[in-house]
Amino acid sequence: MKYREALRAALQEEMERDETVFCVGEGIAERGGSYKVTEGLLARFGPGRVLDTPLSEAGFVGLGIGAAIAGRRPVVEMLFVDFLLLAMDQVVNQAAKYRFMSGGEGRVPLVIRTQGGAGNSLAGQHSQSLEALYYHVPGLKVVMPSTPRDAKGLLKAAIRDDDPVVFIEHKLLYMTEGDVPDEEYVIPLGQADVKRSGSDVTLVSWSHMVLKSLQAAEELAAEGISTEVIDLRTLVPMDTTCVLDSVRRTGRLVIAQEAIKRGGVGSDIAATVAEQAFDALRAPIVRVAGRNTTIPFSLALEKAAVPQVGDIVAGVRSVMLAGAQVAG
Amino acid sequence: MSEIGADLLMSMYETAATIRRFEQRAIEQYRLGNIRGYLHPYLGEEAIAVGTMAALEADDYIVSTHRGHGHAIAKGHDLGRMMAELFGKETGYCRGRGGSMHVASRAVRNLGANGIVGGGLAIAAGAALAIKQRGGSEIVAAFCSDGSSANGIWHESLNLAAIWDLPVIFVLENNQYAVSTPIRDSARVEHLSQRAAAYGMPGLTVDGNDAAIVYGAMQEPIRRARAGQGPSLLECMTYRHGGHHVNDPGLYLPQEDLQRWKAHDPLGVLRGRLARAGVEEAAIAAMDERVERRMEEAVEFASASPNPSVEEFLMEVAEL
Repeated sequence: MKYREALRAALQEEMERDETVFCVGEGIAERGGSYKVTEGLLARFGPGRVLDTPLSEAGFVGLGIGAAIAGRRPVVEMLFVDFLLLAMDQVVNQAAKYRFMSGGEGRVPLVIRTQGGAGNSLAGQHSQSLEALYYHVPGLKVVMPSTPRDAKGLLKAAIRDDDPVVFIEHKLLYMTEGDVPDEEYVIPLGQADVKRSGSDVTLVSWSHMVLKSLQAAEELAAEGISTEVIDLRTLVPMDTTCVLDSVRRTGRLVIAQEAIKRGGVGSDIAATVAEQAFDALRAPIVRVAGRNTTIPFSLALEKAAVPQVGDIVAGVRSVMLAGAQVAG
Repeated sequence: MSEIGADLLMSMYETAATIRRFEQRAIEQYRLGNIRGYLHPYLGEEAIAVGTMAALEADDYIVSTHRGHGHAIAKGHDLGRMMAELFGKETGYCRGRGGSMHVASRAVRNLGANGIVGGGLAIAAGAALAIKQRGGSEIVAAFCSDGSSANGIWHESLNLAAIWDLPVIFVLENNQYAVSTPIRDSARVEHLSQRAAAYGMPGLTVDGNDAAIVYGAMQEPIRRARAGQGPSLLECMTYRHGGHHVNDPGLYLPQEDLQRWKAHDPLGVLRGRLARAGVEEAAIAAMDERVERRMEEAVEFASASPNPSVEEFLMEVAEL
């Protein structure tokens, strides 16, 4: 099943299970969404539960918040994570804070489905990896699945969650294929997944970078390096236990993220491991990350702006080398 | 407008006087150091909350603003828990986590005040969408200000409510100043209600210092909203009795304007209407005394209440 079909299946199942779930966004009803995730939902559930909006990003995110507070479970689709910036007040000042500021009485069971990432030559305002912005804000949960199976199980969990969830897909993942169980399942938020076991080095990533990390691990295996690939799946809440346990076994940590290095989630993971498992480290931590730049249009430049498989391989090799020197 | 009976007038006067005295006592407690942070008094604007809420049913929703004490009191919030929230106490509506600008309550269907001007308007449209989806008959009154009408979210929210015929009434409290900037410097239209035409909804401007007029003006928007005919914009003209917040002396307000509006004070207007309806001075004085006693109890409740527990706060924080 394709990633986008898995997302669609999750929406359909949750809308069938719970009549308060509805979808709202730009071009999601008649057109089925730019990435065809919501295709067919209008015919199945009608215009009352699959709503096309005007280009009023702050407006329809706020609309989702209000509907959520008043007892519905809206899934708001934001075409690009870049456009979610137009709704930043609604996300950060309204959705994220409502439960806390109401003394715990109010709840905002809202999912904002959006997508980010480079790779389609869409240039600087349609290619960003902005998860760190949402990761930073108390009160938001952040989910970034890499496989069809995870996408379906996590979207179902996000819809059932009573707090606002920013669910960030990757534009290069929609057409990827993967096994999805026939039976119903939900993947709880906050559980990382070891996508490949290994003993020499821990490689942590999320979203599309997991695919590149797995390719890198395959290449490294040919060199005799055993890489454990951890897919965080959800950034908030983060399964730091999984990361720390792995690092305590391997003694080495590489973090691969598409987002720019400065102020990124990878920096926070590095700090957490340095604080809590410093004694286990046999080499300095390495972050393989996007360059501190606006994403360029030209394919040649775009590839140079975000990490490629070779960059991850090089990153892992460098910690193996540094570890060997320390050990030697 | 049909005449309003003495009972309803008296009830509106009681609410207006309660808001007036709540704000005055809150300012007094602020000066004593018992309330910290920002405090945006509703003094001078009481008639809008009073007239609006008198026209709503108990299960209708409101969305409030940073100047929201009046809305909350008129909607039925408990005075003691209101004052306790201003004091930052555990017994407050938000358990001391929100304060003056964030009072909310599920029980009285106040979706919340808001520290961001215009921040609650799309939320109001969303609550109205939720009502429509579940086939409810309630409506949402979304309070907003002249200042908010300069913000994009105001326009987006009115448009969204209009295209989906959502049961919401935008009650624009035009106190003529966005902090210190006069509305005449911020808008070219004579009345902000003219902007309703841009979204295909009815717009009306009324005297916001006369609760009876506001009450009357709410009737048709409420009828439309309940009938599934969509939103309306009701602009209520008013004037602050002071600065933007408790520490702003409001020296930019021209004395002549201020005195003219103070002479047309919401409580004075209601007293005049009560007198014309044959209500005795003594009955009004007795009402004032009752309000005074309840306010004293509210301040005592807030003072005697415990601070929020730091231990509980740290446990909540550890959850994520």
